[in-house]
Amino acid sequence: MNFGFTEEQNLLRDQVERFMQDTCPMPRVRELSNTGGFDEALWKQIGELGWLGLLIPEAYGGLGLKWIDQVVVLEAAATGLCPLPIASHALASTAILACASDAQKSRWLPAMASGEAVCTLGLYDDANWIDPSAITASAKASGEGYVLGGTKPFVNDASNADYLLLAVHGPEGLALAAVGKEEVRITPQPTMDSTKPMASVDLEGVHISADSLVPMTQEQLSYLTDCGALAVTAEMVGAGEAILNLTSDYAKQRIQFGKPIGQYQGVKHRLADMYVDLESYRSLCYFAGWCADDDPQELARAVSLAKGYASDAFNQIGIDGVGLHGAIGFTAEYDAQLFLKRSKWARPMFGDSDFHLNRVASLGGL
Amino acid sequence: MDFDYTAEENAFREEVRKFISENLPPKKERDKNFLNTWLEKVRAKGWVGFSWPKEFGGSAGGLIEQTILREEMALAKAPPLGTSMMGLAWVGPGIMEYGTEEQKRKFIPDILDSKVTWCTGYSEPNHGSDLAAIQCKAELHGDNYVVNGQKIWTTGAPWSQWIILLTRTQFDVESKHDGITCLLVPMDAPGVEVRPIENMAGDKHFAEIFFTDVQVPVENRLGAEGDGWKVTVSALANERSSIGEVTQMFAKLENLKELVKVTYKQGKPAQEDPSVRRKVAQFEMKIAAMKYNGLRYLTKQIKGEPLTSETSVNKLHRASLEIEMDDFAVELTGQAGLQLRGGDAAVDGGSWSKSALNWPNVVIGGGTPNIQRNIIAERLLGMPKD
Ligand SMILES: Cc1cc2nc3c(=O)[nH]c(=O)nc-3n(C[C@H](O)[C@H](O)[C@H](O)COP(=O)(O)OP(=O)(O)OC[C@H]3O[C@@H](n4cnc5c(N)ncnc54)[C@H](O)[C@@H]3O)c2cc1C
Repeated sequence: MNFGFTEEQNLLRDQVERFMQDTCPMPRVRELSNTGGFDEALWKQIGELGWLGLLIPEAYGGLGLKWIDQVVVLEAAATGLCPLPIASHALASTAILACASDAQKSRWLPAMASGEAVCTLGLYDDANWIDPSAITASAKASGEGYVLGGTKPFVNDASNADYLLLAVHGPEGLALAAVGKEEVRITPQPTMDSTKPMASVDLEGVHISADSLVPMTQEQLSYLTDCGALAVTAEMVGAGEAILNLTSDYAKQRIQFGKPIGQYQGVKHRLADMYVDLESYRSLCYFAGWCADDDPQELARAVSLAKGYASDAFNQIGIDGVGLHGAIGFTAEYDAQLFLKRSKWARPMFGDSDFHLNRVASLGGL
Repeated sequence: MDFDYTAEENAFREEVRKFISENLPPKKERDKNFLNTWLEKVRAKGWVGFSWPKEFGGSAGGLIEQTILREEMALAKAPPLGTSMMGLAWVGPGIMEYGTEEQKRKFIPDILDSKVTWCTGYSEPNHGSDLAAIQCKAELHGDNYVVNGQKIWTTGAPWSQWIILLTRTQFDVESKHDGITCLLVPMDAPGVEVRPIENMAGDKHFAEIFFTDVQVPVENRLGAEGDGWKVTVSALANERSSIGEVTQMFAKLENLKELVKVTYKQGKPAQEDPSVRRKVAQFEMKIAAMKYNGLRYLTKQIKGEPLTSETSVNKLHRASLEIEMDDFAVELTGQAGLQLRGGDAAVDGGSWSKSALNWPNVVIGGGTPNIQRNIIAERLLGMPKD
């Protein structure tokens, strides 16, 4: 029994946090998010550091690590609201590893491990429904390959991806269609959080070859959804910690009525509650991260406990983080608002608290 | 990160389970002597004072084994490992850390053998949360302290044989934390008067205690004169991992789910009601968070890093769950939920309605939620003291 991180994991966390502070600090994050969220040089750099092939086995050029290591990277990157599509890329890698044939893996994984090919994953087509029926895009047999139909309205990081793995209903059931960015029509969509670019992807009439369709079972879909929720929760841990630190520091300095505002219980108790919630969904997130590889049977429940907690708690942390600053928190120039926006983005992603808590109830026998 | 146990740890778990299956008969089959026999047997096993040093009669057991022991005992709903609860929780550890050789010889074996029950005399009528401001006076006259003053809310005072008492030996101090002295006092000493107080659940578990010219020999002082605050704080820090507690809370959650499954709300099965499902899942979420918080803190302890105020996180969860779970059960079951034991429609023998009146045990005793929030904000987030 050991619920702590290894020396390597702690070093990795430090390395990613340092990268965010030195190489991709907030002003850079703001620039990036104003121009679509991507920077090829930075992406190349983190590819060389190995962060993009963390989950990919060494045989394909990756590091062969586990989701708990991915959690470390996502959490640390989110302390600086990293806009690069690290989570989407990791989810696409997980999808290939879980669903693809050996031939497909050999074809795709090496370029993914280095980061040379930026990838993303698009699962559901309904705004607020986690269910196979919420996938409406289709693939129909056509000649040697398939012809795709429909639109994927909510694909994370689509505009910055070279390849997209998109869930469709194929002739033999669920599948992931692998398409290149040139083959489809990608339309960026403005959202509350510009550090997490989202786009719709029009697939109507797009032809793909036979080996570009990857069959996917319902269990695999559900596993990928869980990994998605895990990734978002890990980011909520990092971002939650950052806004809590920002707000605590401010509360120590800002003087009103002759005292630091952090001395007033209306302020300090709110901060304490933020800490309690953050610590708690952090513990649940780490456990879920461990389950992803070491106890997959328990993953669904563990992820739902973590995301069910974090979705609403981080949302409140975002609101209080802005509110405890007073008017300065409302300004575009101050960073607090960026974290509030991230909390809005994270809340529905891969299932909101209603979805996850209902699943906890079902898994618990109700 | 690794949630598996070693072969030795698993073997220990098996040993505990085997012991339980052999020595814990179903409730109906337990006779009058059961508790005494049980206490003797767990004592013989070395499981009372499990983590205490061997020289004092403990087993010098590790933190993980202790966790396993508590977890299994809680799962089996076993009786406690000793009846000297506060003796085991902090009086014993305090004496082992600060006591004289003679005090250790005199007090420790009786705590381990459940022979002597201790109570804790900290709070006073005018000093609860602000504990360090206590005023109960002890004056040294020759070889005796003479104690005058009052304590209140002392749990177990009506049936305890000894009290660990915080007194003030010096009044003109710069900091209120100075000048406090800790004394060990027999409850039958002349001048000690106990008046039980009835609580809202109808029990008389706590009491007020009046001390009038009570003579306490100087050899009953724990730690140096004026060091009482240090002794108290380090004794309270002895509260170890809360894993056994979490196991009990999971058990309570299971009872709650069973209740939900057989309950109807507005004529429909309650378990289909989304708000009911959400509420129950949120309880599970918080209990699970307590569990994994606890395991993270346990890991820190095992690595030798000091635990400071992190335990306040779980105390706050515990406090809100303690109120909300019973309250939920009572509301869910409507007018039947109101009935106490003996009522024709009482739910689960009135256990929910009873415990819905007992939350102050956990929520107020041992530091209120506001105080826990102060601790987190001041010690972990660096906010200025208020
Ligand atoms: C069931 C039970 C068992 C107990 N057993 C024992 C025992 O065995 N031995 C013992 O010594 N004591 C015992 N106590 C006493 C317990 O420790 C005190 O009740 C507790 O510390 C609170 O003190 P108080 O009751 O004087 O309330 P107060 O300190 O007067 O507090 C009243 C209210 O004011 C709030 N408050 C106080 N200070 C602050 C602050 N700085 N900021 C914000 N809010 C504040 C509190 O949160 C509370 O809501 C027991 C209490 C209970 C309920």
